Amino acid sequence: MTRLNFVLLAAVLLCALATVTSTHRARLLFADLENEQSRQKQIEVEWRQLQLEQSTWAKHALVEGIAERQLGMHAPDPRRLVFVSPVTSAPVAAAGAPASASASANGAPAVSGPASSGAPAVAQ
Amino acid sequence: MMNSAPSPVLQLRLPLWRSRMMLAFVFAGFMTLVGRAVFLQAWDTDFLQQKGKSRTVRDIEIPAYRGKITDRNGEILASSTPVRSIWAIPDDVKASRDQLRDLARALDLPVDELDKKLGDTDREFVYLKRQLPPEEAEKVAELNLPGVFQQREFRRYYPAGEVAAHVLGFTGMDENGQEGIELAYQQSLAGKNGSRRVVKDRRGNIVEDVAGVQAPREGKDLALSIDSKIQYLAYSQLKQAVELHKAKAGGIVILDVKTGEVLALANLPTFNPNNRNNLTGQQLRNRVLTDSFEPGSVMKPFTISLALDEGKITADSTFQTAPGRYKIGTATISDSHAMGILNVSQIIEKSSNIGTAQIALKLQREDMWNMFNRSGFGTAPQVQFPGAVGGRVRPAKSWRPIEQATMGYGYGLSVSLLQLARGYTIFARDGDIIPVTFQKAEGPAVGTQIIAPQVAHMMRGMLELAAGPHGTAPRAQVMGYRVAGKTGTAHKQEGNGYSHDKYRASFVGFAPVSNPRLVVAVMIDEPSDGRYYGGDVSGPVFSSVMGAALRALGVAPDAPMKPIVLPSAAEQVRENT
Repeated sequence: MTRLNFVLLAAVLLCALATVTSTHRARLLFADLENEQSRQKQIEVEWRQLQLEQSTWAKHALVEGIAERQLGMHAPDPRRLVFVSPVTSAPVAAAGAPASASASANGAPAVSGPASSGAPAVAQ
Repeated sequence: MMNSAPSPVLQLRLPLWRSRMMLAFVFAGFMTLVGRAVFLQAWDTDFLQQKGKSRTVRDIEIPAYRGKITDRNGEILASSTPVRSIWAIPDDVKASRDQLRDLARALDLPVDELDKKLGDTDREFVYLKRQLPPEEAEKVAELNLPGVFQQREFRRYYPAGEVAAHVLGFTGMDENGQEGIELAYQQSLAGKNGSRRVVKDRRGNIVEDVAGVQAPREGKDLALSIDSKIQYLAYSQLKQAVELHKAKAGGIVILDVKTGEVLALANLPTFNPNNRNNLTGQQLRNRVLTDSFEPGSVMKPFTISLALDEGKITADSTFQTAPGRYKIGTATISDSHAMGILNVSQIIEKSSNIGTAQIALKLQREDMWNMFNRSGFGTAPQVQFPGAVGGRVRPAKSWRPIEQATMGYGYGLSVSLLQLARGYTIFARDGDIIPVTFQKAEGPAVGTQIIAPQVAHMMRGMLELAAGPHGTAPRAQVMGYRVAGKTGTAHKQEGNGYSHDKYRASFVGFAPVSNPRLVVAVMIDEPSDGRYYGGDVSGPVFSSVMGAALRALGVAPDAPMKPIVLPSAAEQVRENT
């Protein structure tokens, strides 16, 4: 009877210690989780700020200003645009053929694709 | 010892009641303890548990972000980032001069101002500085001053600045929408803060969650129909024109003919939504949507297409407009100069008031009212935007003949620029009108038929003439694209009559005529550099915006790439409405 009591006492102590260690480990893990979560929040905030920064740098007014002043770029003359149709693959000469002196002087024929499809514009 | 004689004390015979009494005392003591225990556990438990928790358990608010607003291609137009506001309880602030100087430096405030704010000891709460970036707020926190606290907030940024200010509107300090889309979509943009209950240890670290975490409901992101490239084009061209013509104000709106989406909407004067100090009402006004005005000649196509649709006239009907004056009852209307006999196309092309008045008088006034009403004039448009006005079209019963005639060419009624742009989708499409939307649309819009498709096609041809070399708006032409549209040059109302030198120059048109994609409506208010005709002032804005927008959208040209033919000054046709 006494032996059984001792065994049970030992078991209770063991259990108690196990509870203490597992609680401690749970708290450590929880702290890690907390850290990671706050890092996630921080990164999210940073991402938002970077997104904002990107849009600010990509502002059309800014891009236009740099392109014009620093790089000396300008929009191509509409006469030098070639519209290629994705359906027919080869540009089809249409109404615009005799259009531009400046374009043919460059050796670039001015052609326009059929009006039926929303073809992307390609500047030459 | 065991066998030794019992102690004499034990042999003493004491009265029985003494031991009984002891027993009773001990029992009573135990009962008191049990009673106390029951009282603490059962009656007082809530209070005690609360006291215990208040030492360890904390409620933490989990902030929810307000939704982002993007354009149709996902470019950010409005987004929130966390900031902190620094506040103080003036009575509790105990700081040395040095500490105050440090605080002032961290807040980037003059020491005097800080003193003034903290000197007001009657107040329990005073903001020292609002919306500080988190890094700077951290510096304030490091000073560790008693009585100085921080509050987490959000600040909304608008990267596009003044370009899209009127579409987006803005939010107040507490992140509630106050204008524009921010107000219209407040419900879905706003998030709902979540909360969690946690146990904190002595050092303030979170140890565990007590109850289930109530997750925050993040605000929904919103994709607008706006195309920021076209928006910028529209804004910058409008700005140039308003400056060039020294105008008081201006507005422009671009609609997608297939879907009814608003691709761009800009107003001048405008404001910077990121810094809204000293805002005036003029700057805030979203003229395109909230201002109604007398449109003038841009209304002519509606009257004439109704007459064509009802068979009251045909494309070949002719009207005598000489000698440039026409009497209706006691009133006389006039054209800017006499033009003789005109057919219906020429009436549109040359923008003849007399011709249009004669056509309007052939119509029943109820039919005209119906036409205006079904074209969206006189009722607020079904669009989720605060303050969109419906304009004014008086009930047909009260129209006198002279009024019916002048309404035919756009006087005596008022409309907004958005209504005009939407109305022109009737001609740009096959005679049906579509609802407009500020949200990115999934597919083509479903229209309501207003006039027969053949009439819409006929009107398209006439409007192309009006925007041609011999029409009222040769400067609206675009190289490579066939364009159609109508000018309006309306005298502004002043008091009871019309001003002689104040005009509103407008142009509404669409392109490419072979398969219209965009409607562009431009309005410039009080141009004052001498030129005031819609064709001269608003036409060029239409032309450059339309050309660039069509190329940006990759719409194939439908006209030869020939330089635009402009008539000489003498040949130029003018209108006076």
